[in-house]
Amino acid sequence: MRRGAKEIDRVFKALADPSRRELLDRLHTKNGQTLSELCTGLGMARQSVTQHLQLLEAANLISVQRQGREKLHYFNPVPIHQIYARWIRKFEEQRLEALHNFKAKLEKEGMEYGKRKVRLRNVHRHLP
Amino acid sequence: MANEKFVYVTYIATSPEKVWNALLDGELTRQYWKHENLSDWNPGSKWEHVAGNGQRTVKVVGTVLECEPNKRLVLTWGEVADAANPAKHSRVAIEIEPVGDMVRLTVTHDDLVPLSDVQRKIENGWPRVLSSLKSFLETGRPLDTWA
Repeated sequence: MRRGAKEIDRVFKALADPSRRELLDRLHTKNGQTLSELCTGLGMARQSVTQHLQLLEAANLISVQRQGREKLHYFNPVPIHQIYARWIRKFEEQRLEALHNFKAKLEKEGMEYGKRKVRLRNVHRHLP
Repeated sequence: MANEKFVYVTYIATSPEKVWNALLDGELTRQYWKHENLSDWNPGSKWEHVAGNGQRTVKVVGTVLECEPNKRLVLTWGEVADAANPAKHSRVAIEIEPVGDMVRLTVTHDDLVPLSDVQRKIENGWPRVLSSLKSFLETGRPLDTWA
């Protein structure tokens, strides 16, 4: 299997678990937390949280930095952006292109008609 | 309230030298980042992040704090309006380490004012830049994420 495919497999597998998604949400809300902070109110054994964090780190969804005696966990959104670019954006392309054309048309009309406002009831004509 | 810190990491199947060049060579950054980073890269020198199109708008300014080719680059990062006010600059450390036959590229952006415009911009920016850079170096094609 190609290396890139393995990398992305690890990301999808890491995301396929509600506890791990919860941990990512918590780091997104407050970046750079310790293990103890992350365990608070999670209703999960510390050891399980540790294992989930290791899986997230192996998938490069979090990075761990030492600060003195503490290990701080940081959310790393780069792999999620790769999934977005590969798996989501291409399905949006038609809509993005329509919006782009719409914007270009508005700008052209804006230039032709000076400050006259484009009436909203015309907007639907430009959207798919 | 503590200042915000973000850590962005990507693993790229390439060499440290290629990652380093891809970050500093304007010919390359224009292709995957749409911007250029201009400086003589000596510690203490100014640097600028400039739009790679014809208008050459300066978007970010700062000072080079550390520069160790192919390994580590540390910069201050400020809005153009704060060019003369270094106390308002945030800080970016870019680290390049070989890991097996790949390279780990870590961008640590800290000293950010919480919920500031700069924070919002970099939270949008770094994931795009790093995934586009990874694609560019591994496949020769950047990601078209700026349309």
